[in-house]
Amino acid sequence: MTTAAPTLGQPTRLSRSRGLASRFLVFATSQEFVLLLVVVLLFAVVGNTNPRYLAERNVLNIFNGNAYIAVAAVGMTMVIISRNIDISVGSLIGVLGTVSGSLAINGYPIWSSWLVPILLGGVVGAVIGFMVAYLRIPSIVVTLGLLSILKGGLITVTNGAWITDMPDTYFLAQMRTPEISLLGINIPAIPSPIVIMIVLTLLAALWMRYSPTGRAIYAVGGNAEAARLSGISEKRIIMTVFIINGLCVGIAAVLWATQLSIIQSTVPAGLELQVITSAVVGGVSIMGGVGTTIGAMLAAILLSAINSALVFINVSPYWFRAVVGVLILITVLTDLLRRRRTQA
Amino acid sequence: MQEKPILELEHISKRFPGVQALTDARMDVRAGEVHALLGENGAGKSTLIKIISGVHKPDTGDLRMDGQRVVFNNPREAQAKGVATIYQELSLYPELTVAENIFMGHAPRGLLGSVDWRAMRRRAEEILLSLNITDLGVDDKIGTLTVGKRQRVEIAKALSFNARILIMDEPTAALTEADVQRLFGIVRLLRERGVGIVYISHRLEEVFTLADRVTVLRDGHYVDTKAVREVTSEQLISMMVGRTIDNLFPKLPAQIGEPVLEVRNLWRKPLCKGVNLTLRAGEIVGLAGLVGSGRSEFAQTVFGFTPAQSGDILINGKRLDIRNPGEAMRHGIAYVPEDRGTQGLIRQMRLRENVSLAVLRSVSHSGFIDNRAEHELADKSIGSLQIRAFSGEQVVNKLSGGNQQKVVVAKWLAAKPKILIMDEPTRGVDVGAKAEIHRLISELAQQGIGVLMISSELPEVLGMSDRIVVMREGEIVAEFSREEASQEKVVAAMMRDAHSAVSAQGAAT
Repeated sequence: MTTAAPTLGQPTRLSRSRGLASRFLVFATSQEFVLLLVVVLLFAVVGNTNPRYLAERNVLNIFNGNAYIAVAAVGMTMVIISRNIDISVGSLIGVLGTVSGSLAINGYPIWSSWLVPILLGGVVGAVIGFMVAYLRIPSIVVTLGLLSILKGGLITVTNGAWITDMPDTYFLAQMRTPEISLLGINIPAIPSPIVIMIVLTLLAALWMRYSPTGRAIYAVGGNAEAARLSGISEKRIIMTVFIINGLCVGIAAVLWATQLSIIQSTVPAGLELQVITSAVVGGVSIMGGVGTTIGAMLAAILLSAINSALVFINVSPYWFRAVVGVLILITVLTDLLRRRRTQA
Repeated sequence: MQEKPILELEHISKRFPGVQALTDARMDVRAGEVHALLGENGAGKSTLIKIISGVHKPDTGDLRMDGQRVVFNNPREAQAKGVATIYQELSLYPELTVAENIFMGHAPRGLLGSVDWRAMRRRAEEILLSLNITDLGVDDKIGTLTVGKRQRVEIAKALSFNARILIMDEPTAALTEADVQRLFGIVRLLRERGVGIVYISHRLEEVFTLADRVTVLRDGHYVDTKAVREVTSEQLISMMVGRTIDNLFPKLPAQIGEPVLEVRNLWRKPLCKGVNLTLRAGEIVGLAGLVGSGRSEFAQTVFGFTPAQSGDILINGKRLDIRNPGEAMRHGIAYVPEDRGTQGLIRQMRLRENVSLAVLRSVSHSGFIDNRAEHELADKSIGSLQIRAFSGEQVVNKLSGGNQQKVVVAKWLAAKPKILIMDEPTRGVDVGAKAEIHRLISELAQQGIGVLMISSELPEVLGMSDRIVVMREGEIVAEFSREEASQEKVVAAMMRDAHSAVSAQGAAT
C-alpha cells in the first residue's frame, strides 16, 4: 500500500489552477473537440451557401447514412487501440447482411434475422481473436485471409443473387422513434440507426474509460509487455476486443441490410476502409493505446457530412475520396507530432 | 612491441542524455598485440569501442591512426580504414551463405557491375584457409551453423576488409570450450600477422592467457594500462572497483523474520540453472552479477513472466505453481522491471492510470473503476514517493527519468507486496532520486517486506543489502553476509577468477 511509505520532506506541488488550465487545454486540443468543431463549422459554412443543406431531412440523412459505419467503427476503435487491425469488416458486413436477409425471406422469425447475424459476428470475432492471441498470427494476416474467404465464399454460395421481398417488419434501419412532446418541445422522430449509433458509442466509451477491461485494452495497445508484467492477460484482452468487434460488425450488418429493400449479396466495396478511416480520423492512433469511440463516431458523421456537402456546393462527388485522403494524412500527422512533443 | 601504435585515442569524452559515459578516456593499440579492455558493467567499454568503430562520435578528444588524426562519421568509414568489430550479437544474415556474408556490401564485381560469384567464393575460401578454418563450406547457409562457426565467419568477414584493428566484444560469452580454444588459436594467428586486437572480456583468466596489455576503465574514466605480465588479478580487480560509496542513503536496521520466498532448484533455460535462494521478511538481498549472468531472467521466472520449467517456489512455506505475473501478484510478489521504457510504463497513459494498472480490480466497485479511489491512490503515491508531477493527470512521458522510476515503484507498492523484486532500481536516475529510492527500499524492509534487489552497482549492493548473492552464467556462485562482503570479493565471484583465492573463500558461506 502506498500509505505504507511514510511521507517525508515537503509535500509535492499540486497547483490547482495549473491543473484546470491544462485540463482545459487538453480538452480543447482533443481530437473529439476538434472534430465537433469541424462538423459544426461545415454545417455553418455549407448551410450559408446553400440553406437546403440544413433541411431537417438532409441533416437526418447525413447522420443516418453513415450510422452503420459508425457502429462498426466502435469495434474497430477497440481493435486498433489494442494495436491490431481488422480489414475483414467489409466482407463480414456483406456476409452477415446476406445471412440476415436470407433468414427473413425463408420464414424465420424477424427477431432471429436480426439476432443471428450479431451472434455470428461474435463467433467470427472469437475465431479471429483466437488466431491472433493464441496462435500469434498478426491480425492483418488473419483478417486478410478471412476477407478473401468471406468474399469468395459469399459469391460462390449466392451467385450474387439479390435478396428481395423481405417482410415489412424486417426493415429495422427504416424505423423511427415515435415523436414525443416533452415539456412543450417537440422531439422529432429519430431514425433507429442514429439512436443505435449514439447509444452504442456512448456505452462503449463509458465502458472503455471506466471498466478495468477497458483500461486494460489501452494498456495492452500502449505497451503490451508492461501490461503483461502488470498482471494483465494480453490474450484474454485480445479475445475480448475481437469478440466485441464481431458483435459490432453484426449490428452494423443488420443496419446495412435493413436500410434498403434489396440486399445485393455482395461485399460493398471499400467498406472496411471507411470504417478504418472513421476510427483513424476520429483520433484512434494506429500505434495503439490512444483514442475513443466518440471520436470515431464524430469522424463517421463528418465523412458523411462532407460527402453530402460536395453535392450541395456543386463539387463533383469524385472529390470525396481525395478529401478523405487528405483528412487521414492530417490526422495521422498531428498524432505523430503530438507524440513527438510528449516524448521530448 | 616497441613500434609505434597503429591506433591512439586521447582525451575521449562522450555524453549521452542523462549520463556521462566517458570522461577523458584514452587507449592505444599496437600492431601484433592483444589489448584487453576491462571494466565493470557501465564502465564505458562499449561506448569506447563504439567510438573506435565509428558508431558514436566523441564529444571531445582525438583518434589517430598511424599518427594521423582521423574522424569516423559512420562504421563504414572506420571499416574502410581497417577497423573491424565483432559484436556480441553477431550481425550475419541467416538466409545467406558464408561467402555472401563475408562479402556483404563489398562483393567482387565483374563486368557491368554484376557480382562475380566465382571470385567471391574463391576469395572467401582463401580467407577461411588463411585462418586455418577447414570445417566451413563457403556455400553453407549461416542459419544452419553453430554459434562458434558463425563467429569464425564474422572474423573472416572482418579480414575481408583487410582489418588492421579487430575489436572483439566478449567473443567467448556464448561459446563452448572447444570453440573457445579454436577462437584463441585464430586470435593468436592474427596477432602474429600484425593485427591489433582489442579484446573485451569479463573472464579474467582469458585476459591472462591471451592478452599482452590491459586497459582498465571505471565509471567512464581511464584508470591505467599495464602489461599483463606485470599485474595480478587482485590488482586488476581493485583497479576496476576502486569506487567510493557515496550518494547512498544509509540502510536502516530492520527486523528480519521468517522466510517469505524460498526458491529451490529453479530451472528456466538458458539463464536460470538450478537456482536456490531464500528471502526473509524484512530482509534486503542484493543480487549481483554481470550483465547477462541471468539475474533478470531468474527474477522474471519467479514472477511467472517466463514460467519455470522445473523446480519449486515456496511462498510463506507453501509450494506454489506460478504460471503468469497475475498469479505471482496474487501471492504477494511484485517485480519492478529493469527497463522502465519497455517493461514498466505505458507512456501515453497518465500517472494515475499507470499507478493503478496492477490493482485495477481493487480500485473498482461493481465492475467499474472508482474514479475517486483511483485519484486518491495517485495522490498518495505522489505524496509518499515524492514524485515531482503537478497531478495524477500528467502523462508519464513528460516526467523525468527518476520520477518515471518512482511511478513504476508506486504501481507495485499499490499492490501491497510481501515480496518485492527490484531490477536495477536506480538505473538512469539522478543522485537525489537515487537516495530517495534507497530510503524507500530501506523503509519497505522495515515494514516487513522481503526485498530482492538486482543491481549492477556494487556500492548500491554493498550499501543496501543484508546479504549478497552472486550469479554467474545462470547459477548462484557465491553468497556473502553484509559484514564479510567487499567489492573485491563480490567482483571476484562475478568474474570467476581462477587466479584469485578470494572467490573460493567467499563462496563458502
